[in-house]
Amino acid sequence: MTLLVNILGLAAAAFIVWWFWLSKNRPEVKAGDGALDIIVDGGVYEPSVIRASAGKPLRLRFIRKDKNPCAEKVIFSGLGVSADLPLGQPREVGFTPENPGEYEFTCQMAMYRGKLIVEPARQ
Amino acid sequence: MKTSNETTHRLHIKDMSCAGCVDTVQRTLNSLSGVKSAEVNFAEKTATVTGDVSPDTLVSAVSGAGYTASVLKGEDSESEKEGEEAALYRDLLKRTIISGVISAVIFVVSMFHVLPPLDTGAGRVAWGIVSLLTLFVLVYGGGRFFTGALKSFRNHNANMDTLVAIGTGVAWVYSTFVVLFPNAVGDLAGHLYFETAALIIALIDLGATLEMRARGKTSEAIKRLIGLKPRTARVVRGGAEIDVPISEVVLGDIVRVRPGEKIPVDGAITEGSSQIDESMLTGEPMPAEKRIGDEVVGGTINKAGSFLFRATRVGEETALARIIEMVRKAQSSKPEIGRLADRVSGIFVPSVLLVAVFTLLAWFNFGPEPKLTYMLVTAMAVLIIACPCALGLATPISVMVGVGKAAEYGVLIRKGDALQQAGKLTAIVLDKTGTITQGRPVVTAVEPSGGMSEDEILSLAAGLESGSEHPLAEAVLEAAKAKNLPAKEVTSFEAVSGHGVRAVYAGKTVLLGNKKLMKDNNVALGDGEARAEELSRTGKTVVFLAAGGALAGLLGISDPLKPDSKAAVERLRKMGLKVIMLTGDNRVTAEAVAKETGIDEFIAEALPDGKADEISKLRAKGERVGMVGDGINDAPALAGADVGFAIGSGTDVAIESADITLMRGSLHGVADAIKISNATVRNIKENLFGAFAYNTLAIPVAAGVLFPFTGMLLNPIIAGAAMALSSFTVVTNANRLRWFKP
Repeated sequence: MTLLVNILGLAAAAFIVWWFWLSKNRPEVKAGDGALDIIVDGGVYEPSVIRASAGKPLRLRFIRKDKNPCAEKVIFSGLGVSADLPLGQPREVGFTPENPGEYEFTCQMAMYRGKLIVEPARQ
Repeated sequence: MKTSNETTHRLHIKDMSCAGCVDTVQRTLNSLSGVKSAEVNFAEKTATVTGDVSPDTLVSAVSGAGYTASVLKGEDSESEKEGEEAALYRDLLKRTIISGVISAVIFVVSMFHVLPPLDTGAGRVAWGIVSLLTLFVLVYGGGRFFTGALKSFRNHNANMDTLVAIGTGVAWVYSTFVVLFPNAVGDLAGHLYFETAALIIALIDLGATLEMRARGKTSEAIKRLIGLKPRTARVVRGGAEIDVPISEVVLGDIVRVRPGEKIPVDGAITEGSSQIDESMLTGEPMPAEKRIGDEVVGGTINKAGSFLFRATRVGEETALARIIEMVRKAQSSKPEIGRLADRVSGIFVPSVLLVAVFTLLAWFNFGPEPKLTYMLVTAMAVLIIACPCALGLATPISVMVGVGKAAEYGVLIRKGDALQQAGKLTAIVLDKTGTITQGRPVVTAVEPSGGMSEDEILSLAAGLESGSEHPLAEAVLEAAKAKNLPAKEVTSFEAVSGHGVRAVYAGKTVLLGNKKLMKDNNVALGDGEARAEELSRTGKTVVFLAAGGALAGLLGISDPLKPDSKAAVERLRKMGLKVIMLTGDNRVTAEAVAKETGIDEFIAEALPDGKADEISKLRAKGERVGMVGDGINDAPALAGADVGFAIGSGTDVAIESADITLMRGSLHGVADAIKISNATVRNIKENLFGAFAYNTLAIPVAAGVLFPFTGMLLNPIIAGAAMALSSFTVVTNANRLRWFKP
């Protein structure tokens, strides 16, 4: 019994580490020419991983359904872009990411998290 | 390309139940004449239509297609947002009260053994009812934690919802299990935790309600700015003055402003004059005198006269709109100091989950009996007491209040980083013209040298300068105008490049210009030379006037100091800052101005490109330099400094050009900005310290590290109360900044 509980506990710990930190299996969406809708609800951005091309204008339309005041801002801190997200009204955030790389976008408190992957422009 | 008649309308479309409806609505809208594009969004049940078409036409077309549509107002309609916030608040308050009352009842029956024990049939029924009541509190008062936790989990993310949901969920599941199968866990572990789960939810709701209320206050500054936006304008169209919504004012419109009214958009006065109160934007309490040709700014208030002006900037281009945008942006940017907290909060919740698991194991392996009780109580306390919110809020909430506070004083901060840098400055470099001085030369001395009177000299000089565009010429003309002196009519006017002007008056050659012009034309200066030197020692630029080959008089022109420059410099020095003046002017003038202002260090004769080099040199010496200049000519120097302050009189300043913009022309703005920055950074530090200390101390205590020594364990209800109060405390501390006076 003692052994079983300990094994279960360690397994739970391993699962937490794997699920929240190691597993990268999040759905990705590639940004196109039009605005990409991102739903903010239940503490997450959906989709939360976005691929875009460097030097190409990017239009993200955030639709906040989450009543939690934490959701009221979105910040792309590496890009100097931020926006207020009014509840229930879409807010379009447009900018052109110039440099390839991975940029996080988060709420003010960095609890809601998403990632913008900027790929080098194809010649 | 948008034409002036083209507008964008947003419609809310009800009863769109399938993706197929999207097509129908979109096609209906696109088929209307005048519609350029229509986009229907199924997720939010809206349509965005651009074109030259009235909203009513759109609504009726949609109803024709079998759907119900209503027009949505602008995206940033702030009153709408406020109404929504108030509704959210009321909703949360209602949930808090109802959950609180039910929780209190559950608490009383649990603590005071009101109900029969579980081993009786009646007891099990009674406790079953308590379980259902608790479930109601969990769903009604805390449902969002559970849905949020689930959503986050699916996204490989964890947040506060996760902690609350697991903590209270486990308490309820375990307790209900005990009610259903009282014999399964043994007598000792038979304690129930319904009151714990219910009270935690009620307390966290209470914390969220308090926090929401306090948060509303943090954005008061931006609300105040938004409140300045006028709603209508009185526009002259077709010879009549009509009131139109502000959104319909177009460039070039002639707008009427009556006394006491708000100026609707930016523009230049075309008729009339007035006193205008610009304090809401610049913090400058004295109303400004405005005449024909002067700029007026939307959102400021016309005090006295009635006037007409031509709209030069409308919509999002107005100074007020740009200021609001900038304050908004700055409020959501973060200074470096907050980045650590961000990194921590990114891994915080999973880490707390791990701590909870290890707490369970530790109590299981080393704890006393009843193990299950200890395991549950401690793990629950760990999950509930951890407050990622306090950590995450610490920086942004203070930045929000600090940036807003600064805006009240006419100080616009572009980025959170500038706040942090401004507090660390060691030297302030001030540009001279337009920064320390008013930037507008005036004639301050007229000294006759021959038989002419002062008035004759001014009047002749005005005649000579009336064709010139030199800044000094403006000063001469202004001086003559102020004394109601007519400009004498001269003939054969000729500009002598870099030296002055030459003309003929009453048959004599007259010259107005510098010493070189006099020397070149063999005008004997006599004692004029010594007097000129005297004038330039007091910071004046000297202009000589000669008639018929003889010196007629001297004009001393200077750029007067702003009235409070001296006091502001003194204030900066008292704050321990080194104050340095940087100017392209000659040494003599520079020295005079420096002396008058009480500045002991100055750099004169700096070329415009050279100003940035001087800043680099200072920085190389280890100074942290704040550069104050006009934002246009000094742009490279502003950019090269640790913090660039653009100073403007009124709102004509290029507000996006520097880290910090001083809307009020006064140098006091520099000191205000630094003081507000210091206060904000101190506030952030208090918050961060509080949040880090709280979490690092509370979590181990909740896990029971004190138990072996003192027998102390934390009741999860207390943990819930502590966590509910911690983020409220952070917001309240940030709100203290609202009372700060620089």
